[in-house]
Amino acid sequence: MGDMVKGNVAMGEAAIRAGMHMYAGYPITPSTEIMEYLSWRAPQEDRVFIQAESEMAAMKMVYGAAATGARVLTASSGLGISCKQEGVSYMNMAQYPGVMINVVRYGDGLGSLMSGQTDYLREVKGAGNGDARMIVLSPSSVQEAYDLVYEAFDISQKYKSLVMILTEGGLGQMMEECEYSEMKTVPFASWGYTGDRSKDEYRPMGMGADVYAHALEMAAKRVTIKEEMQRWESGFLDDAEYVMLGYGLPGRAIKSYVKARRAEGEKIGYIRPISLWPFPEKAFKGINPGVKGFISVETSDDGGMVEDVALYGKKYGSGFEKVPVYGLFCPPGIPTLRFIGEKFEDIKSGKMKEVF
Amino acid sequence: MAKMKYPEQIVANIPFCPGCGHGIIVRLMVECVNELGYSDKIVMHQAVGCCSLVGLGLDWEMLVGAHGGGGANATGLKRMLKDTALVIAYQGDGDAYNIGLAETLNAAYRNENITVIAVNNTNFGMTGGQMSWTTLPGQRTTTSVDGRDSKTSGMPIKVPELIANSFDTAYVARGTVTSPAEIRKTKGFIKQGLQNQIDGKGHSLIEILSPCPTNWHSNPITDSLDRIEKELIPFYYPIGELKVKGE
Ligand SMILES: Cc1ncc(C[n+]2csc(CCOP(=O)(O)OP(=O)(O)O)c2C)c(N)n1
Ligand code: SF4
Ligand SMILES: [Mg+2]
Repeated sequence: MGDMVKGNVAMGEAAIRAGMHMYAGYPITPSTEIMEYLSWRAPQEDRVFIQAESEMAAMKMVYGAAATGARVLTASSGLGISCKQEGVSYMNMAQYPGVMINVVRYGDGLGSLMSGQTDYLREVKGAGNGDARMIVLSPSSVQEAYDLVYEAFDISQKYKSLVMILTEGGLGQMMEECEYSEMKTVPFASWGYTGDRSKDEYRPMGMGADVYAHALEMAAKRVTIKEEMQRWESGFLDDAEYVMLGYGLPGRAIKSYVKARRAEGEKIGYIRPISLWPFPEKAFKGINPGVKGFISVETSDDGGMVEDVALYGKKYGSGFEKVPVYGLFCPPGIPTLRFIGEKFEDIKSGKMKEVF
Repeated sequence: MAKMKYPEQIVANIPFCPGCGHGIIVRLMVECVNELGYSDKIVMHQAVGCCSLVGLGLDWEMLVGAHGGGGANATGLKRMLKDTALVIAYQGDGDAYNIGLAETLNAAYRNENITVIAVNNTNFGMTGGQMSWTTLPGQRTTTSVDGRDSKTSGMPIKVPELIANSFDTAYVARGTVTSPAEIRKTKGFIKQGLQNQIDGKGHSLIEILSPCPTNWHSNPITDSLDRIEKELIPFYYPIGELKVKGE
């Protein structure tokens, strides 16, 4: 049994144990505890912590450090990640591994201090200018947040891709039991800059001279990631009349809701995507061909993931293209079981119209 | 005719315009690094701007820097490499003093152990000669076609003086490349900036006044160098060491 730990602290410790060499960031609620924790924990383990002058600078420090083959991390919330976009795109261009954490706060612009999932479209559909994507993973408990951050560094090195841990204020701030894994000591990647231009594994900079070859390489890499990195949790799909989808804390809420309603005989199933890019389209394969609706449950004005539910959901099974896709959108916070229940009744009664 | 000798790290022609100061500056950086015994322990942050042309002919490990990000990119590199390699941030004036002013000043503010070479040619050379913060009052550029109007766009910025007077850094100097004597002095400044890094003394900034004949629309040899000597140095950008820590 692990100790009670705050989500943000667990993610900070996961980075340390995964062999992170360097963190740079700028404070913002509700992610700040990650950097507060690392500010003393990193030096304790002989790792580098930098409080940068801005998110822009933090991301560029991370980019410079990544070039040496170091394991790098930055964390922020909402608008702070907006500031990092240029650096994110440079990381993609150079195919440097790195891990980012977005502890989302609800809303546009300055946003609010409330928990939310309003950054889905930015994180999942793009990564700065260019066509690149980040591998986006979303936890629904403190333990899972710890585990995903711990694994994210390996994943990012394997695919030479940024990995984004997309979580919510609610989870960053919440305390739960969490068990820590072993401390890893990881050397810098052998391709990293050392200052010696003549060494064998010299890593070309930028896109290289052949932009066409770079484009093909990037595209092929993304096909591989789509095939290998889909992750989800699901239940009760084979006879489900309705399938609810939710990630993060809403994902946890729908799981409880579905289990409770199943006990009452309601034919309802759930899918909780863990990877958001790549979206776990394979999860749709086992769904009852007679399903009457997909329901995307999100803490958002009018949904982000709902578009992927429509896009991928309608691709599978016989006649899925006609299955309506509903959006069960919850205002800031975490949807309650009662809220989900009321909206579900509206969907079944026809009061709520489908989005797609 | 005797063949010109280049340092072996310069493997191809770097296509700066005729009369451009960048070429001389690249050569000086390479010579200094080699003479200090760091030829296989050098990483350069290569800024966006005409600096970026260096990638076409200099055989060093180079980070494709974000525009203005030199202070931060080089911080990331140096904090990881520590004393195993030298890190140079090679930047233009627009890069280091316009878009990158925050990163440039903050790296100096933290006294990062890096060496910044800022090439001041009083405009955005790479993008075709727009006004930069170092453009002189009255200077015509493609975004100040009647001459820079300082009432609305500010006076030329002097970042070396700002850093020398405000922050606890190791070294600040300004040099130029208008004559063999000035080139020798500038080389001395660069070498001192690198020696400071080797000694762990902290941040060094060397600004170099450099001709951009193409965008100054001037004769590469005579007018361009004249402008630096008669306008830039006496009225705006005095040359020499501005700060040597401990002195
Ligand atoms: C974010 C961003 N904005 C704009 C540009 C376009 N750009 C490229 S170089 C440059 C100006 C460079 O001027 P300076 O730093 O003075 O270098 P010089 O070419 O004069 O040596 C600009 C604006 C860019 N590459 N990136
Ligand atoms: S545009 Fe100016 S700075 Fe750029 S290479 Fe030509 S002369 Fe040099
Ligand atoms: Mg310039």
